[in-house]
Amino acid sequence: MTTEIKADHVSLRLGNHNVLSDISFQLKGDKIYGLLGRNGAGKTSLLSLLASFREPTEGTIRINDEMPFENDRVMNQVNFVYAKDQSNETETVKGMLEFAERYRPNWNAEYALKLVKRFKLPLDQKVDALSKGKQSALDVVIGLASRTSVTIFDEAYLGMDAPARSVFYEELIKDYAEHPRCMILSTHLISEVASLIEEVMIIDCGKLLLHESVDTLMSHGLSVTGPAEKVDQLTSGLHLLKQQQLGRTKSVMIYGQLESGRRAEFESAGFELGPIGLQELFIYLTEHEGDEE
Amino acid sequence: MREPMNDGRPIFVQIAEHIENEILEGSLEELGQVPSTNQFATFYKINPATAAKGVNLLVNEGILYKKRGIGMFVAEHAREKLIEKRKKTFFNDYVAAMLHEAEKLQIEKETLIQMIEDGQK
Repeated sequence: MTTEIKADHVSLRLGNHNVLSDISFQLKGDKIYGLLGRNGAGKTSLLSLLASFREPTEGTIRINDEMPFENDRVMNQVNFVYAKDQSNETETVKGMLEFAERYRPNWNAEYALKLVKRFKLPLDQKVDALSKGKQSALDVVIGLASRTSVTIFDEAYLGMDAPARSVFYEELIKDYAEHPRCMILSTHLISEVASLIEEVMIIDCGKLLLHESVDTLMSHGLSVTGPAEKVDQLTSGLHLLKQQQLGRTKSVMIYGQLESGRRAEFESAGFELGPIGLQELFIYLTEHEGDEE
Repeated sequence: MREPMNDGRPIFVQIAEHIENEILEGSLEELGQVPSTNQFATFYKINPATAAKGVNLLVNEGILYKKRGIGMFVAEHAREKLIEKRKKTFFNDYVAAMLHEAEKLQIEKETLIQMIEDGQK
């Protein structure tokens, strides 16, 4: 059975602060989703609602048609992997794996041990004696080996060095390919995950800014470079994310679906056309007045 | 291992092009089996749906065909078809760019022709 997550007009208020306001979306199918947002945008708050750590102030969350909050059936199928404080965790790596095995019906012990080897985790060491990067790797091992229908990685890579992160992405794709399930990656390392995710949600200041397939979002970005006057003339009226000028050459980033023929017009004007990466799109889409300088 | 797909163009297009090159260079033979989308996904660390999209692009062009339950194979005459297709874009992709650069550097037509002859020896 494929997973379906539905958020319907979800708001979350903490004290006087509106952390999330009126968020609605539907995640249909076992895909890898990316949840992007700037610091404080509400990513972790939203994910903690999906993981039933909290209840929304208004609106509803449904996972496979059930409310997740304090619902056992949903909760043991949702795994929320996040960087927690483990400075007092005196359990060993092995003990943590055994604990996970007890609570996760789809746990695969053989796979967990294979991952432990790949991340070079010492089975008998206590968790609080591990480096931050190794602690994160252990969380990732548990997250993957649990094979829950919904697996959420919220900045799970914290402290992991580049080679360890590379192992993480490789194992994630490999295991997802063999055992498709709903995975949500929340991250600031956008360029590292851009090729892994199929759909992206961007939240900004507690609101859902967009939810698109990565292909669609990318097809809406186009960078155009050419002689300044001509670029101004041919791009006027379009939604420009950023403009830069160097001498007489101007470069603009256009966002939105272009009318047919527009691209050919740019090409025949001799402009240099190029794509805009997911990370850059994210930066300029979530830029607010006063951010610059 | 080759770099993951990151030349800026959509990844599925790059996957399709990668398979095309393998067929043109002969490392994938006609009627031979193509790696599965999951293998592509793992190798390049890309989403399996993206890999499938690239493969399907070639299925639609008749370069690859699907055997149900077995996998994906290179079609008969795939190489010929690809050569025809690439020839059509050869001028725009290579010759036009070369002429443009030559103009900037004020390289004469005769010198260019000489270079091509030397290069082919």
